[in-house]
Amino acid sequence: MNPVPTAPEAVPALAPAAAEETAAALARDARRERRAALALALPALLLVGLVALLPTLWLFGLSLVEGESLSLAHYRRLIEEESYRRIFWTTFEIAAVVTLLAAVLGYPLAYWLSRLSEPWAGLGLVLVLVPFWTSLLVRTYAWLVLLQRRGLVNQWLLALGLIEEPLRLVHNWTGTVIGMLHILLPFLVLPTYASLKAIDPAYPAAAASLGASPVKAFWTVLFPLSLPGLLAGCLLVFVLALGFYVTPAILGGGRVLMVAMKVQENAGLYLDWGAASALAVVLLLATLVIFALLARLVPIERLLVGRS
Amino acid sequence: MSGETRISPLRRAWLAALALLVLAFLVLPVFIVLPMSFSDSQYLEFPPRAWSLRWYRAYLGSSDWMAATRVSLLAALLTTALATPLGLAAAWGLHRAGGRTARLIRTALVAPLVVPVIILAIGVFYLYVRLGLVNTLSGLVLAHTALALPFVLVLIDAGLRRIDLDQERVARSLGAPPLRAFATVVLPQLEPSLVAAALLAFVTSLDEVVVALFVSGGPMATLTRRMFTGLRDQVDPTIAAISSLLILLSVGLLGLAQLLLRRR
Repeated sequence: MNPVPTAPEAVPALAPAAAEETAAALARDARRERRAALALALPALLLVGLVALLPTLWLFGLSLVEGESLSLAHYRRLIEEESYRRIFWTTFEIAAVVTLLAAVLGYPLAYWLSRLSEPWAGLGLVLVLVPFWTSLLVRTYAWLVLLQRRGLVNQWLLALGLIEEPLRLVHNWTGTVIGMLHILLPFLVLPTYASLKAIDPAYPAAAASLGASPVKAFWTVLFPLSLPGLLAGCLLVFVLALGFYVTPAILGGGRVLMVAMKVQENAGLYLDWGAASALAVVLLLATLVIFALLARLVPIERLLVGRS
Repeated sequence: MSGETRISPLRRAWLAALALLVLAFLVLPVFIVLPMSFSDSQYLEFPPRAWSLRWYRAYLGSSDWMAATRVSLLAALLTTALATPLGLAAAWGLHRAGGRTARLIRTALVAPLVVPVIILAIGVFYLYVRLGLVNTLSGLVLAHTALALPFVLVLIDAGLRRIDLDQERVARSLGAPPLRAFATVVLPQLEPSLVAAALLAFVTSLDEVVVALFVSGGPMATLTRRMFTGLRDQVDPTIAAISSLLILLSVGLLGLAQLLLRRR
């Protein structure tokens, strides 16, 4: 609204004080706007803080208190008691076996999908995602039905003459591993597929034109380049397996005791908050360390929201 | 890839066979429950020797299952109604603000994604015992909202990144108040992400088991909680009917979300 200065010398005459004032006003405005924008996140932060973050911190506190005083007694019990050592070992063993099986079965699937052309590749990916979209409980139930004594898997194995007696496939370690593998496999296939897809096709082609056999080209060029995706998938499967509760609780039939189940037992059944929280803290720390490693390899948020 | 066409057909057939087997392992267990739920037998054969709607009738005729279904649907609807606007406001605010504080808040908001759900569950239980919120609908909805918020935030944030936000600045410099600029310029372009986020929030609540196990009980028990308890005792075929309905609902809703996100 001010008249536009026609003579160039009119600007420097006005400038120092006015420009400073304008700059200050602009900075104030920007700060106010930023604060207003941050305030928009406040309701969500309040809710997540109250319901999820605060109680988790609370557990840290509870784990360090015995009676009325600070103590490491709950943690000492985790180390000293044979039963806890067995739970840690079972949890680690199941997570490791599931990870290994997922890598061995998931890598060939990811590799095969990465070489399909559209629309087959898209269709294949949807088939990997569909189990991802169904509830964990429903899938666990499906395995309970399939693996039971008179279930489909035993019927087929009997009909094929591979076995003479129905196998005990569920309510034990085997059932737990099968169920968890089914739920966690997509978490390995998706990042591995993405990293295979990102490899420039010129590389294996160059290897081939330089005389490498297809097998040699795969092992010396393609496989090493896809390792970050495979490693990320393995870490993700392993870390998610560590915290599993529903699947081992149902398919383990009480014979498989993992950390999360013991946490539930201590908190829900015995109301022993010291023991529950110490175990929860150990599980949480292990989880956070692995996720921190994982975050260096891939954007984990995208993977975890992968259901959609 | 000229080099790879030389892989021997035999090897390629092996790879395809293995990959298809793994795909079958992933997909079949989910869908085999559907035909089995129409079996007339107590033992859920496949293929069913006689077809019937027996287990669906058992489900629809049971007041316990119906009550649990109502609780689950209501909780999922309320969770969606709460998590979507909260997530939208947070995503927009953090996106606009930028900087270290915004990144810190964002990390806090997505933290429930990486914390094992059993830990969140006992933490919420510990809190709710003190607040008198155990076995209440509001308690369940608040906890499910905390679980759904990260999903909503991440999806909407991804949507915001695809929008040219200079348009919003233009609207405001032309005199539109912030809310109006947001509602008329940003929101319409965000719609697919918003709907997908809402669908995901709904399914997150509907399918959730572990938190519900701790904080929903008695008349406020959710469908999944009742199923879980039922599964530990015996294999009740009614659960096959309920599972089939849940599969169709989840796959339908999340498939829709996927379509919305891809169509852009």
